[in-house]
Amino acid sequence: MLANTWTFTQRELKSYFNSPVAYVILTLFLLISGWFFTAGLFLVNQADLRDVIAIIIPLIFLFFVPAITMRLIAEEKKSGTLELLVTMPVRDVEIVLGKYLAALGLLASALLLTFAYPLTLSILGDPDRGALIGGYFGLVLMGGSYLAIGMFTSGLTHNQIVAFITGFVLIFAFFMLDKVLVFFPGPVASVLEYLSVSYHFENIARGVLDTRDLIYYGSLITVFLVLAVRTLESRKWR
Amino acid sequence: MIEVKNLTKNYGPTKAVDDVSFTIPTGEVMGFLGPNGAGKTTTMKIITCFMPPTDGQVLVDGHDAADESLSVRRKIGYLPENNPLYSDMNVLDYLTFIQRLRSIPKSEHAQRNRRMVDMCGLGEVVRKDIGELSKGYRQRVGLAQAMVHDPEILILDEPTVGLDPNQIAEIRDLIKELGRAKTLVLCTHILSEVEQTCNRVLIINRGKIVADGTPNSLRAAARGQDRIFVEVKGPSNEIRAALESLPGAARVATPDGSGVGDGRFIIETAAGHDLREQVFTLIRDRHWILLEIRREAVRLEDVFRQLTSSS
Repeated sequence: MLANTWTFTQRELKSYFNSPVAYVILTLFLLISGWFFTAGLFLVNQADLRDVIAIIIPLIFLFFVPAITMRLIAEEKKSGTLELLVTMPVRDVEIVLGKYLAALGLLASALLLTFAYPLTLSILGDPDRGALIGGYFGLVLMGGSYLAIGMFTSGLTHNQIVAFITGFVLIFAFFMLDKVLVFFPGPVASVLEYLSVSYHFENIARGVLDTRDLIYYGSLITVFLVLAVRTLESRKWR
Repeated sequence: MIEVKNLTKNYGPTKAVDDVSFTIPTGEVMGFLGPNGAGKTTTMKIITCFMPPTDGQVLVDGHDAADESLSVRRKIGYLPENNPLYSDMNVLDYLTFIQRLRSIPKSEHAQRNRRMVDMCGLGEVVRKDIGELSKGYRQRVGLAQAMVHDPEILILDEPTVGLDPNQIAEIRDLIKELGRAKTLVLCTHILSEVEQTCNRVLIINRGKIVADGTPNSLRAAARGQDRIFVEVKGPSNEIRAALESLPGAARVATPDGSGVGDGRFIIETAAGHDLREQVFTLIRDRHWILLEIRREAVRLEDVFRQLTSSS
């Protein structure tokens, strides 16, 4: 089980880094987040990561995550290699999980490269470690959930553009849920709030680790990965 | 051994495969023949566990393709239709990737890669990205992929499509060689391929099996006749009448089917009746000039046409 998953992870990582995909994504990610960090640093003379972690990077994720995931299954469907994979002695779960871990690896390396900012912070002053660690941890969970959603939409189609757009819309919906609460009556609003990715992210980013938030992200990721596996099986329903 | 029992596959209202049953014993090279869209590929996709049948059952060495799909997939090497490949991988990486998915121990990877490279003639391109390869090389990479784990059963769906004649001959030789050791299913609509490589032919049309036998037995069953081709210099109508009057000649036709003689005729006879001697004597006695005479065995192509033409 693990061996096959790892085989897929390695292949996808190689494929990301052998093509411009990884470099374009990493460069743009660093450019945008770096701009907002250093702008504050030089213009206002204030070194602050809070906005970068809480606002900027979650916004970047909205576009970058579906870009990372759009080809994962859609391309296999289009080129026919999916037929090759599913006739190998491997389980559909292993295929999805392996690809998911590769996408997570790319996302994690993007976050890892931004460690330059907290390093700068700790040279200049004494940042709140808890909030920083919580912030990064929250970003991984948030990105991980978005990636699972993106994998699912990539499996729905064999067109990468369609995968990107549907992925973006679905991710955006989860992102926006807690921002439209005023339009709903109390009980509905609290349900929507619980479903919102940003709500749980804010909890963790404050440095508060609550099992409820972890369970939320865990289930969100599981649900969408299971749905992604279902999209591979859809060939059987025709 | 592959046992296919009452296999049916519907795509919505269309019946792609309709109650098909057959058995392929171990070690047989079977040609699976049919026009495009007859249900060949669908049948192969069901045997290789790509999708389940609507009804019926496939057993591979006693394992059910639906319930024990992993053990079935382990036994089979499969070259899917259109030979899908990862164009961003190089040949060696790709073969290694496939071996890892096939759970072949790492210590054997290099040796198996070398074997496949030798067998399929990939020596010049091992380090190249698959996307840069010519169609012939891509096809060989696909074959190497299907064989790298030394499967007991090899299923090749149109392995020579799009190749030039030299490449076709090479791939065919390879298939012939493989056929000696393995159960091999060759899906194709190219008849000469089957004639040259298979010891059994299954013809499928519109989802149903219309013929099953050795290439020879199929030829024998077809209309039960031999044909003799002659080209004679002389008055066409007289020659035609004379040929028709020969005892044993069932029918005389012209190759272009027009009925207007240009001196070339095809004489159809009952199977095993060799009329060449009589034809020769007749033409000599009438002092016409015989330019050409040859016996034409019924070709598999004719059998195929008869069985699958849309009439």
